[in-house]
Formats: sequence, C-alpha cells, structure tokens
Amino acid sequence: MLNRRRFLTGTAAVGATGLAGLHFTPAFAEGAPQIQIFVPAAPGGGWDQTGRTIDQVLRSEKLISGSQITNVGGAGGTVGLPQFISQWNGKGNSLMVAGMVMVGAIIANKAANNLTQVTPIARLTGEFEALVVPADSPFKTAADFVAALKADPTKVPVAGGSAGGSDHILFGLIAKTVGVPAPSLSYVPFAGGGEALSALLGNQVAAGISGFGEFSEQVKAGALRLLAISADKRQDGIDAPTLKEAGIDVELFNWRGVFAPPGVSDADKAAMITLVETMAKSDAWATECKNRNWTPILLTGDDYAKFVTEDTARIEAILKDLGLA
Amino acid sequence: MDTLSHLAHGFAVAFTPTNLMWCLLGTTLGTAIGVLPGLGPALTIALLLPITYQVAPEASFILFAGIYYGAMYGGSTTSILLNTPGESATIVTALEGNKMARSGRGGAALATSAIGSFVAGTLGTLGVAFLAPVVVKFALAFGPAEYFSLMVLAFITVSAVLGSSSVRGLTSLFAGFVIGMIGVDLQTGQPRFTFGMTELLDGVDVIIAAVGLFAVGETLYMASRRYAGKDEIVPLKGSLYMTAAEWGRSWKAWLRGAAIGFPIGAMPAGGAEIPTFLSYAIEKKLSKHKQEFGTVGAIEGVAGPEAANNASAAGVLVPMLTLGLPTSATAAIMLSAFQSYGINPGPLLLTTQANLVWGLIASLFIANVILVILNLPLIGLWVRLLKIPAPQLYAGILVFATVGTYGISQSPIDLVILYLLGAAGFLMRRFDFPTAPVIIGMILGPLAETQFRRAMTISNGDWSVFYTHKLSLILLTLAFIGLAGPHIWAFIEHRRRRGPEHVPGDA
Repeated sequence: MLNRRRFLTGTAAVGATGLAGLHFTPAFAEGAPQIQIFVPAAPGGGWDQTGRTIDQVLRSEKLISGSQITNVGGAGGTVGLPQFISQWNGKGNSLMVAGMVMVGAIIANKAANNLTQVTPIARLTGEFEALVVPADSPFKTAADFVAALKADPTKVPVAGGSAGGSDHILFGLIAKTVGVPAPSLSYVPFAGGGEALSALLGNQVAAGISGFGEFSEQVKAGALRLLAISADKRQDGIDAPTLKEAGIDVELFNWRGVFAPPGVSDADKAAMITLVETMAKSDAWATECKNRNWTPILLTGDDYAKFVTEDTARIEAILKDLGLA
Repeated sequence: MDTLSHLAHGFAVAFTPTNLMWCLLGTTLGTAIGVLPGLGPALTIALLLPITYQVAPEASFILFAGIYYGAMYGGSTTSILLNTPGESATIVTALEGNKMARSGRGGAALATSAIGSFVAGTLGTLGVAFLAPVVVKFALAFGPAEYFSLMVLAFITVSAVLGSSSVRGLTSLFAGFVIGMIGVDLQTGQPRFTFGMTELLDGVDVIIAAVGLFAVGETLYMASRRYAGKDEIVPLKGSLYMTAAEWGRSWKAWLRGAAIGFPIGAMPAGGAEIPTFLSYAIEKKLSKHKQEFGTVGAIEGVAGPEAANNASAAGVLVPMLTLGLPTSATAAIMLSAFQSYGINPGPLLLTTQANLVWGLIASLFIANVILVILNLPLIGLWVRLLKIPAPQLYAGILVFATVGTYGISQSPIDLVILYLLGAAGFLMRRFDFPTAPVIIGMILGPLAETQFRRAMTISNGDWSVFYTHKLSLILLTLAFIGLAGPHIWAFIEHRRRRGPEHVPGDA
C-alpha cells in the first residue's frame, strides 16, 4: 500500500530530490543487485537497526533485489572488523555498518585493524546521546547526577555500550568537564542496548548513557527519567535540556555510516556510493530517520574518508585525555 | 477486560483459516530449520522479514511464532539420533538422548522430547499470558551478582556429567574454559588465546564445538572400532513410542524442566542453555535409575532438558512483550519486525497493541498443538535413519556435520576447528575423558566471568555483593547444598548404619 502510493508519487519525488536520482537509476534497473550487509554488532542495537533499515529502504525503493544481513557482535565492532577485512575482501556488493563507536573501540582496544583498511562509502546518520536514570532514582536533574559524581564517582555506576565507545566517551567527557578524574569512574560495559536497558530497569546501576533512540520508548512509558541529551540544541518533542543547558559544556553526536571491504574496484565503489546516496535521499529513508530519532548527516566518498580520519584523531585525543587509550 | 477475555479475543484472531495456515507453515518451516545445524530461527525470521511488507501484522507474527517454537522442537531430533545438536539449547539432550537411540529407545526419546516440548511450551505460554508482569519484575531483579551466583549454581551440573573420574571430568571442564576464553574480551576489548589469528577473534562457536566433540569425535571412534564389534546400534527395541514406565518417569521431569526453564528464560541474560544444564543435573540427582545415565540412556535426562529449553523459549517472550526488551537474537529480530509495521515495541506494547500481542500468544498455543501432531508421526520415519548400516550412517553424519558447520558463517576456518575438535573428541573418548564438561565450560565460563567482572565494577570491588543480595545468597546456598549435600547425607547415613562408635576418619 505504502509502496504503491510512493510509486505513484515516485517520479515527482525523484525529480524533487535532484536529477542525480534519475540519472543513476538505469545503472540498477537492469537486474537490481543483491547486496550483503555486515553488522559488526549483535542484533537489536544501533548498527543492527541501521543495517536493517538500509535493507528495508533499499528493497522498498526497488534499488536492490535482495540482501543478506550478517551479524558478528562484540567489543565495539572490533570482533567483526577483522572478519570483514579478511573474509569479505574484494566483495564489491558488500557494506559494513560502523560508526563512532568503532573508532573509539579500535583506539581503546589497541586493535590490530582500523577503519583506514576498509573503503569509506557514506556517513548516513547521527544520533545524540541521552543520560537517563531509573524512574525511582534520587537524581531528578543532571545537576543531581553531577553532584553525586563529584562526591564519590565509585558510588555512581553507569551502564552503557562497549568500552571506549561513544557512551563511554560521553561519560568521560562529562566527568572531565565537571572535574572528576576519569580513572575513578565506574563504567559498566554491556554488549548491546537491550542488556544495558535491563540493568537500568532492574535498578542495578545508578544511571545509563546510550543513544536517545534506545531509551525513548522507556522514557515515554515513565520507566526511565531523561536527565539530559547531548545534542547541540533543544529538540522538538523531547522534554529534557541539552547537557550545555544543564551546565555541562559537552556536545556529542554518535555518527553511523557504511563502508565497503578493502580491495573493491573503483567501479564497484562508485556504484555503491551512488546506491547509498540514492537511498539516503529517498522519502522512505527520511521517514525512517524521523521515526528512529536519527539526524540525517549524509557525507560520501572522499569527503567521508577525510571526516573519518579527522574524527579518529579527535577521538584518540579525547580518549588519551581520559586515560582510556 | 481481564486476561481471559483478552486471550479469548486472541484466539478469535488466531483461529481464522488464513492465520491457521500461516501457523502451520511456520511450524513446519521451524521444525525443518531446527533439524539443520547452522540454520537457526533468528536467521530464518531475518530472511523472512520482507514478508512484513506483504501481509497483516497478525499473520507475520503468527508465522514467526510458529518458526520460533518449531525450531525448538526440531533441534532435538538430530541431537538424539545423530548426536549432532542443531541448537545450543539441545546440546544436553544429546547426552542421554543419543545413548537411548543406540540402545533401541530412540522412538521413546523423540516422543518424550516432543510431548515434553508440548507440555512445557504450553505451560510456558500460559506463563506468558498470566504471569508476565510478575515474572518480569523477578527477572529484572537479577543483576550481575545474581547472574554470577546462578552460574555458580549451574556449575554444580558439571558434577552430573563428570563420569567415572573427577580429575578427568575437571580436566575437560578447564579445557572448556580455555576454549571459551578464546577471542576478544568483552569488558576490555583485548584478544585472548588468539595467537594473532584474526579468525579466532570471534571465538569458537559452541555449536561447532559440540558437533566436533560429539558427532565427529564419536564417528572417528566408531571407525577405529569397526572390527572390534563393539557399540552396535540397536535400531529399535520394544514399542516405538513410550511405555507406561517411561511415561511415569517422564511427566515429573517435564514439569520440573518447565518450572526451571520459564523463569530463567525470562531473565534478560538467562538464555536457554543454563536451564537445560540445571534440569539435567536435577533429574540425575532425583532419578531412581542412575545407572542408566551415560550408559543406555535415561529418559528423564531427555525429558527434563527438553521441557526446560521449550519453557525458556516461552520465557524469552516475557521481557519482549512486556518491556520491548529483546533478550535473544530471535526476539530482537521479531522486535524489528514490529518496527517495520510502525509499532514501537516498548512497555506500552501490551496496551496499545492488545490485538496483536494476544493474537500472538493465542497462536503460540495453537503452534504447540500443531507441532506435537506434526512431530509424533514423524518419529516412526526418523528412527528408520538408525537402520542405515553403520558405515553409511556415520559417513552421513560427517557430511551433515560438515555442511551444517559451514552453514553457520561460511568460514573454512570453522571446518578446521570442527575437525581439530573432532580429533580431540576422538582422543578424549579413547582415553576416557568425558566431552560434555568441555561444552559446559565453554558456555558457562565466559558468562560467569563477564557477570563477575560487572558485579565487581558496580560494587567497586566489594565482594560482599554476592552474599548481601538476597537472591544471590539463596542461589549460592542452593549451589552449596547441591555440591555438599550428597556428601553430608552419605556421611549421616554412614554413621547411622555403622553406629556412632565407628566414625571413620575418611567420611
């Protein structure tokens, strides 16, 4: 039903999003390609959702004939990355979902492989983070949380994603900004969003830091209280201050994007960039981003490669400051 | 509206001809993929996700539920007949089930597992319908300290599979710890025991280890014994289904298995393996036929764990439907199917999508009935597999194990690991080391380690969390009783029989 409606308005939509869409369509019209999506995280988390949404939109837009999603989870993606590099080498129809979490994990884990070994295709989305507490927590505001952290950081265990990931980095940044030494922090890494969430709902930890989308339903239902978000400005429909407004001068976007394996041909790379770009400019993608609280921040090819290099340097500096690298 | 009227409404949704058709399709498909090692329900549902664009939400969830339950039924078949577990939750089933199959009671083992799955699946689904809000509170009370204590309790199950010598059994267990530790450490991201090999960074898949040690090891051992005339497989002895005595031994085990499986399945980090271990240990402790364990195969040792894994499968749905919390790969993919219908899975799911949720629960009941009807007649067909002459049968098992292993991640390295472990399994069998503790060590070791380290981080290094948390203390006490109880009991019996003046020093 949705498809048919989109099909009817399709021509107009493609026209509106630029001639590029029309121009590249023929390349995929003849036998739309099969693609493989590699998700270096367990099913259910942010990368997995990104991978599955890419798959859905590509299919519904008829840009691909089918796809296969492989999940290899653990350690902020550093378990999956080496496999993608070694076993997927040269597979031009493949995409790996990755992002800032992996950059941090590679540095913190002193991993043997890094993102310079894969082929950057596109940065797709950014997600601001949320600082939450269980509903019956004594912390009513971010200031309460900071006060407790200053009093004794070891008494404030905070749950989040894997060690060195964006959640860990944000926790470190908050602590550094308010003058709490990083090594004294009590950070509890979990493999996926679901597991960290259950630790929060079960009052096992004092607070949690993760992507806003992972907590939003629980916040809506009143099971968790949202203290602050890490966005640059206040967001529509979200009843919480930014960290800056709450007096903590920190801003963080957890970006996510896609990479092709090493050793793909220039033609394959160009075709893949076109494919992802066409997808990212579709209405279906915009709708999905809105539903999932993702901010679309498209950046492709060489610009994306440059961004990854710069961001790697930035995160490495932060992690070193924080004693995590 | 109360639960009953909700449920009645759910049945009205599920009982339409189209939805029944989806349920039948799902259960059939589920049984088939459960039989194949390497193809699990999570992957199958992920592959079928595009169907959500074509059919109504009720229909696709009924299909998925059928696949999910069906896989739990199918997984035990290959465990019992071929000693080749298709899912990690059916590894324990292979221990006694395969022994039974070799001594001519394969039909009974399959029957007790199918009927036990039905009983436990139905009880578990009742639990989802009526107890979900209570159970989820209990499940969320489990933090890292409690999980660690649960692992400690699960470790006593090792004593049930140690075999004749504790030293040999513990050697196997520790070998399992080492294999389980291979790969990147979750808490710090550091590689361990990988020897610089990228392929080892993801660790060794427990299914590959089980298939290697059990199926391949066994096959090599049989090949080496070909002319010794030992260990002949008896295709069928007695009736195809269960005898009255076997019914009598099964039903209590089903109920106990269901009682263990459901709450642990509902815990966010509970999983399906631990309840099967616990159920096996309990059945062995309580059985009046201990001599059958590990020799000709004891039916309780199949009935209990099979019931436990099906009840835990139902338990997984509790946090999923009440909180929108995915605690297994399959649940995570079902949740993403919710999202593709624009439904946000969360704590409000039960109130905003009552039709869908109750339709799903009703279809689980129907799936259970269809599955037991589907599986019982198949038993006659399955046991004929054992009439295949040994050389051909074992060659077939090798092919099956190899193809299944390759199917898991299409990695040739997995095949190397499979055959290395197969060779290890052969040597262990040859020199009388039990193989089951290796698998238990592989599964429990890393889980216990992670939870222990989390508990220590949260408590800031304070050990008292393990005994000041009430639940944790209870679990540790149970573990202590499980471990020391039989010895203390034996000591008291010993004294009573010999009189107090003959207290021996070696009690």
